[in-house]
Amino acid sequence: MSNQNRTMYGGRIDRGKVINFVFNGKKYKGFHGDTLASALLANDVHLVGRSFKYHRARGILTAGSEEPNAIVQLGLGARTEPNMRATEIELYEGLEAASQNCWPSVNYDIGSLNNVLSSIFPAGFYYKTFKWPPSLWLFYEHFIRKAAGLGHSPTAKNPDRYEQKFYYCDLTIVGGGISGLLSALAAGRSGCSVLLIDENPELGGYLLDYNFSINEKDGIKWIKNIVDELYSMDNVRILKRTTAMGYYDYNYLTALEKVTNHCDQLSKTLPRERYWRVRSKKIVLAQGAFERPLVFADNDRPGIMMASAGKKYLSRYGVLPGKSVVLFTNNDHAYQTAFEFNDKGAKLSVVDTRDNIDSRIQKKCEDLGIKLYSSSSIISTSGNKKVNQIEVQKVDRKQNELSGECITLDTDCILMSGGWNPAVQLFSQSRGKLRYDNVLNTFVPDKLIQDQIIIGCNNGCFDLSKNLNHSYQEGLNAAKDLNYEIADSINWTGEEEISFTESSVEPYMLGKKKVTKGSKHFIDFQNDVTAADIFLAQREGYISVEHTKRYTTTGMGTDQGKTSNVNALALMSHIHDKPVDEIGHTTFRPPFSPQTFGAIAGRSVDHLFDPERRTSIHKWHEENKAVFEDVGQWKRPYYFPKKKENIHDAVKRECLAVRNSLGMLDASTLGKIDLRGPDTTKFLNMIYTNAWSKLEIGSCRYGLMCNEHGMIFDDGVTTRLGEDHYHMTTTTGGAARVMSWLEEFLQTEWLDMEVFCTSVTEQWTVLSISGPNSRKFLQELTDIDLSKENFPFMKFREGKVCGIDSRVFRISFTGELSFEVNVPSRYGRFVWEQFMQHGKKYNITPYGTETMHVLRAEKGFIIVGQDTDGSVTPMDMNMDWIVSKKKQDFLGKRSFTRPDTLRSDRKKFVGLLVNDKKTVLPEGSHIVEKALKQPPMKMLGHVTSSYYSPILGHPIALAMVKNGTNRLGEKVEIPLMNGKVIEATIADTVFYDKEGNKNNE
Amino acid sequence: MFVINCPYCGERDQTEFSCHGEAHIARPDNPAEVSDQEWGEYLFFRNNPKGIHFERWTHDHGCRRWFNVMRDTVSDKIIKTYKMGDQKPGVTDV
Repeated sequence: MSNQNRTMYGGRIDRGKVINFVFNGKKYKGFHGDTLASALLANDVHLVGRSFKYHRARGILTAGSEEPNAIVQLGLGARTEPNMRATEIELYEGLEAASQNCWPSVNYDIGSLNNVLSSIFPAGFYYKTFKWPPSLWLFYEHFIRKAAGLGHSPTAKNPDRYEQKFYYCDLTIVGGGISGLLSALAAGRSGCSVLLIDENPELGGYLLDYNFSINEKDGIKWIKNIVDELYSMDNVRILKRTTAMGYYDYNYLTALEKVTNHCDQLSKTLPRERYWRVRSKKIVLAQGAFERPLVFADNDRPGIMMASAGKKYLSRYGVLPGKSVVLFTNNDHAYQTAFEFNDKGAKLSVVDTRDNIDSRIQKKCEDLGIKLYSSSSIISTSGNKKVNQIEVQKVDRKQNELSGECITLDTDCILMSGGWNPAVQLFSQSRGKLRYDNVLNTFVPDKLIQDQIIIGCNNGCFDLSKNLNHSYQEGLNAAKDLNYEIADSINWTGEEEISFTESSVEPYMLGKKKVTKGSKHFIDFQNDVTAADIFLAQREGYISVEHTKRYTTTGMGTDQGKTSNVNALALMSHIHDKPVDEIGHTTFRPPFSPQTFGAIAGRSVDHLFDPERRTSIHKWHEENKAVFEDVGQWKRPYYFPKKKENIHDAVKRECLAVRNSLGMLDASTLGKIDLRGPDTTKFLNMIYTNAWSKLEIGSCRYGLMCNEHGMIFDDGVTTRLGEDHYHMTTTTGGAARVMSWLEEFLQTEWLDMEVFCTSVTEQWTVLSISGPNSRKFLQELTDIDLSKENFPFMKFREGKVCGIDSRVFRISFTGELSFEVNVPSRYGRFVWEQFMQHGKKYNITPYGTETMHVLRAEKGFIIVGQDTDGSVTPMDMNMDWIVSKKKQDFLGKRSFTRPDTLRSDRKKFVGLLVNDKKTVLPEGSHIVEKALKQPPMKMLGHVTSSYYSPILGHPIALAMVKNGTNRLGEKVEIPLMNGKVIEATIADTVFYDKEGNKNNE
Repeated sequence: MFVINCPYCGERDQTEFSCHGEAHIARPDNPAEVSDQEWGEYLFFRNNPKGIHFERWTHDHGCRRWFNVMRDTVSDKIIKTYKMGDQKPGVTDV
């Protein structure tokens, strides 16, 4: 039998559209407009999951986003998603979902053994049991992690697209119930730009499920008219299926819109979800309230649900979840549900904790034949996979004792209502302050902090007429504040079948004496926290709310305690005999509901995660099979392997080509900054450690930058192009940092200096040609006189190269005769190809960054960020020669005389030669005087750079070693990860061409 | 997330800016003449008040200009933004 719990008519579902779906491998049918939860209830499926800790059978507790129990694994393969609330999943054709946290099936779950053994799993069980001995934690953890956890993540890549949207408006209204709708209407009619957000597929809020009238006319029609009017306004934007997730400073709100989640077909044009980042002048919170469960023995069995949820299933979905129904309440409002169930053919009993029940309600129950047990409580429930029987007894509230006869009732559904909690999560996130209301027995908004308005049930007001008029008025007030000409005020009278009178909620709490049977009175359904656990936490000293929360886990999990928090706090207040205000509440943090990482990431995934920077020659590198490495955001050729070559073969070939004839490097990624202005020379004198005043126009100089701590920060060659015009180069990775550094001092420290910095990194393509044949080669392609006499080392010339206006710098990072040819980027590839073509006779060899590293290391040239790490001074690097003694001041100078920088045992930059002549030391290896069997050993330093040198035929390394410059020739040891110990000798940092003749040829 | 009123561009989202710590820390005029203690204070010591704080920000993804912000660290309210070189506002100025 299918849909056996469906009523004959009624509900807001489309009975003409049957939808097939699968739950736990079994096929079912539902209707368009159903949620997974309503369709399961319609098919009499109550057991939908197992609880987190005890693996108890669990059903559907609520009908909204607060659901703690009915969380399922939705979808298959790469789209599978865990922890989805069945109460929010809109049914679509072919939907597949399964229970979580059970094995082998939800019906026969081995983990439910935990329930039998529950007396040994109290709160804090894991902390107490698995803490000792500490060394075994890793062993325990493996099993604990396996036993815990809800659902599983997909292992394949998510094929869906997620979008992000930035939005600015006058007014954002969170919640599309009547309060939100009326505020939107008032502000919209007054001309404000309004964004209305609601998490449901249909606007109208909880009143859609209730019988009510406005000005004595049908309320549902009235809502429809308002919604229609809002949709007709151009200045109002409405987002359905959208959950406001976070409320931050300055009225910044994030919201997750489910765009196509509820569709059976993937859209080619629409994303799956859209993440909204909204900044509005004012925010109206109209999120309504969550109904509060009652705490009684075994209150978690399938078949037990919130009264308002029962009402929603019946009114909205045409589902009667039980035939023999008990309403357990402490307030009047829930009676509407009882009458509705009675009307639809269920047999009703009501258990009410109060003695003074409104006489009209009593009379109506009598008229309808509903048995009413006043000042009574449900003291036990039974039924393994669904509730089937309860015991009811009178409670003497004064004595806090059970009294009278214990009555047994058969039932298949319990509807409970313990009052309502305003949904204060977002309000709290916005730093709004709460106070405990002793009439409503819950936390309500107290003090607003941001430019915000809170209305309706969300504000702790449950009077329909008041809410209608207040909400509309607040919409007008907001418009007025924002200087709009406001629409007319309107007055409504709203009437519910049974009004929610504030005085009608009675606190219902477990006493210190047991007024109930059984041991499990659930406070937090999702985390299996019982009243006994809260008692235990208090006994063991976890008295602060934050401690109780962490010790018992109440309020944690995917629902973040939407149904449990207030009950836990009220119980703590009861235990300590203190007002709830003094107990306080835990902090509410975003997100309001679980949200996908996909939406947060948006389009910033794969190649869009981080921008990829490519030089103008990149395509050529690709075509010529370069292997790339990432340097900052740049893609640089690492090496250019020929057929069958590995990295070592290729680098060896490239190195020898440069040393013996001609190599070419794409050095375009070097940072380049154009500096102009009358004070540029003065400025450079402050920025660099060396002096710039005497640098001639057309000359280049190497410079070192230090921060104010005296530590090396960047380096590069800067060239004087004119009297007040310089071309600065920086490291590839440091370009942006240096640019900001220069701007910082120009804008904050030396405001009187007139210097203009322009980044020209991407304007110039740099071809660095290097090797003994470079002059001969380049002379054939340029009109610049490259002769030794007319173009000496560290000079700069302008002229045509391959017919293109170029800047040529005679500088060298390889130790060989070198020219850096700068051409405008649009000619980069052209010139490169000309060079390749023309250089054939010199065996021109393109080389990558690895060869560049080897060649510079052979010469002992440092790489900032590799050989330095932000904690070394120029003196540590033996670069005293570049630190001006004459300049009064430059950045970092004063720090060179701090006691720490003057220490004699500082690490110094040295060379290292392995004694076996074959081991290439791993970079980062620690250097010790004498290797011991195990740490601790006395550290001397570490290896910063290490390569095999093809020209020398043995490995070379650079290192930072304590007092290293005084240890030249001394033997040290390097213990490796594999247990081997390598002996090495401290050497000079220059391994090749010590005299420096090569680049002067 | 703040809205920051850049003195050059107007109100923009915080994501366009970055903060660079306390403002009005003057670099000593003649560093060679200050003591290690004074130099250490310039380098390392910063206020971390609960209340009014003056800090430096840059509009990185905008005009790239540096400016100062007067912010209440308790409420995160930005009381004033002003250009580099402008007088540090007193509490009575706002």
